[in-house]
Amino acid sequence: MSASRILSVTGRALPLAGDDIDTDRIMPARHLRAITFDGLERHVFGDDRAHASRDGRVHPMDDPRFAGASVMVVNRNFGCGSSREHAPQGLVRWGIRGIIGESFSEIFFGNAVMLGLPAVTAAPADVAALQAAIERDPQIEVRLDLESMRVTAGTLDLAVHLPAAARDALLTGRWDGLGLLLQDFDQVRAFAAKLPYLRDFA
Amino acid sequence: MAQTLLDKVWDLHTVRRLPTGQTQLFIGLHLIHEVTTPQAFAMLRERGLAPAFPDRIFGTMDHIIPTSSLRRPAPDPVAEEMMATLEANCHEHHIPLYGLGDAHQGIVHVIGPELGLTQPGMTIACGDSHTSTHGAFGALAFGIGTSQVRDVLASQCLAMDKPKLRRVRFEGTMGPGVTAKDLALAMIRQLGVNGGVGFAYEYAGDAVARMTMDERMTLCNLSIEGGARMGYVNPDDTTFAFLRGREHAPKGEAWDRAVAWWRSIASDANAAADDERAIDAARIGPVVTWGTNPGQSVMVDEPIPDPASLPPGEREAALEALQFMGFDAGEAVKRRRVDVAFIGSCTNARLSDLRAAASLVRGQRVARHVRGLVVPGSREVQHAAEAEGLDEVFKAAGFEWREPGCSLCLGMNDDKLSGAETCASSSNRNFRGRQGSPTGRTLLMSPAMVAAAAVAGEVVDVRSVVPRGGAVQ
Ligand code: SF4
Repeated sequence: MSASRILSVTGRALPLAGDDIDTDRIMPARHLRAITFDGLERHVFGDDRAHASRDGRVHPMDDPRFAGASVMVVNRNFGCGSSREHAPQGLVRWGIRGIIGESFSEIFFGNAVMLGLPAVTAAPADVAALQAAIERDPQIEVRLDLESMRVTAGTLDLAVHLPAAARDALLTGRWDGLGLLLQDFDQVRAFAAKLPYLRDFA
Repeated sequence: MAQTLLDKVWDLHTVRRLPTGQTQLFIGLHLIHEVTTPQAFAMLRERGLAPAFPDRIFGTMDHIIPTSSLRRPAPDPVAEEMMATLEANCHEHHIPLYGLGDAHQGIVHVIGPELGLTQPGMTIACGDSHTSTHGAFGALAFGIGTSQVRDVLASQCLAMDKPKLRRVRFEGTMGPGVTAKDLALAMIRQLGVNGGVGFAYEYAGDAVARMTMDERMTLCNLSIEGGARMGYVNPDDTTFAFLRGREHAPKGEAWDRAVAWWRSIASDANAAADDERAIDAARIGPVVTWGTNPGQSVMVDEPIPDPASLPPGEREAALEALQFMGFDAGEAVKRRRVDVAFIGSCTNARLSDLRAAASLVRGQRVARHVRGLVVPGSREVQHAAEAEGLDEVFKAAGFEWREPGCSLCLGMNDDKLSGAETCASSSNRNFRGRQGSPTGRTLLMSPAMVAAAAVAGEVVDVRSVVPRGGAVQ
């Protein structure tokens, strides 16, 4: 299954502050009412955005200053809660190509990588500095380099982290890992035949 | 060397080490439902693949289905389309499906154990984060996204990293009116909603040893709300007694061999975990959430914390949550008026949950301003409850008695909050918008607490409703 190599993501960024942002907020359940992922870009953070505009605020995703951003900068435990892949699918379809955060929920992280969406972590102070820099200058170009594992933006040059397997998968274009799982599949069948509960515990 | 259940079951299912450094993990049981699979089947089709082990896949319908009627085509065309898609996919690939109206249909995490599909020592995956529930049987069970559903369909395997292990010991006797739900919520408050990221949780201690399987399922179900993708209890006689005679449980001599093997995969007595925590079960009271994540909770007789008293990292979120929920710092959760009472979900809609709730509404009426909803976790639970007359108890009290499904747990069908209604809910997530209204407010609590709140029309301490040592389980 060929996928493209992802070495870096460069573009303008959007800061999305807050800890424990769950996938119900990223993609409310009523938008899961479909048999495809098409059109999810229209519903990303739907309720939060509507809520903000009712309160006379502008949600970062609607803020013209951040229009066209391809990098998102988030805080702690982003993507917790429901396993719905609709959340990262919506973000990717909206145009996000890389996420930098303090930490991610495991399921969200795994889903993101399988879509070729790098979700890298950085120290809380570095994330805060990056968010502040983007707020100050929304035109600033943010570069997430997966080879050097650094994020640069203006004068900032920060170390970021990504588990080795995920990094390799992205760098080598093997982030869609199904091909690997299907290799030498006879081995898998032979393996399964030995599992106690698949042979009546004999 | 002494090994934990995590070590043993992980090793047993390790097909090989992938070039990426991850483990190719064989999945012994794959459960599917109508909402997170249509895209996965479509991806398979695009690649000209078919499920590799269709006899290790079982399907049900729970998330979007109506709970008000079994009519087909369903009145909601989207629900109908999603059900029909699952039916077509299962039919095409010879995957057993417990569809709408089937005697075994229900919430995926309720029917797996009921059917005896869920067994100790298995790896279990499902496109739903509460798959951790099945860990109650000593399985490694976890939620996956749709692309991973595709992978499991195609290969019955996943590329995974082995988690670390945290052992959480609950010691001491739970007080009257206190449930496994309360223990789990208290734990999440203490360890944080992200405290378990990177860990599997092993629940131990004498309080867990005494728990019924229903209680263990509630506890393991909520692992993910504390950030742990899986949580398990080592299998013991309680586990085996539950499984014996179930449709897919081993029979005859295979049963004896199974029990011997199941015992062997439990953690060795002296096996060390990467982290250990102890929680005194005797000090936990009924818990109610006041905020917008499951860690924002208090015991029912405790005031809501002042955000200023919380660690700096939690203050702002707490302030926002208070505002969203319409609570003031220092206020009591007790006496909060509720508009809706929901007894349901994979956390708390098994027979014992319905019994506990029914014991509080028998001969009572739901408060005039409250809409009460009881949604059994499965058809089997529904029938068993009806055989005991629990449906009549609930209906006589003014509750709606529904068909099984997820319903108001996530508000994908017609069961939704409207506006800023407050819902006393036996479900698992109080996230903003979770129950179908962007401004709806969810108070998580045990089913007995929900029942008591429904009758009182406001949050009450279940211990003040029932004589100490009374019928609440
Ligand atoms: S009851 Fe709620 S949490 Fe459980 S599977 Fe259904 S939607 Fe998910």
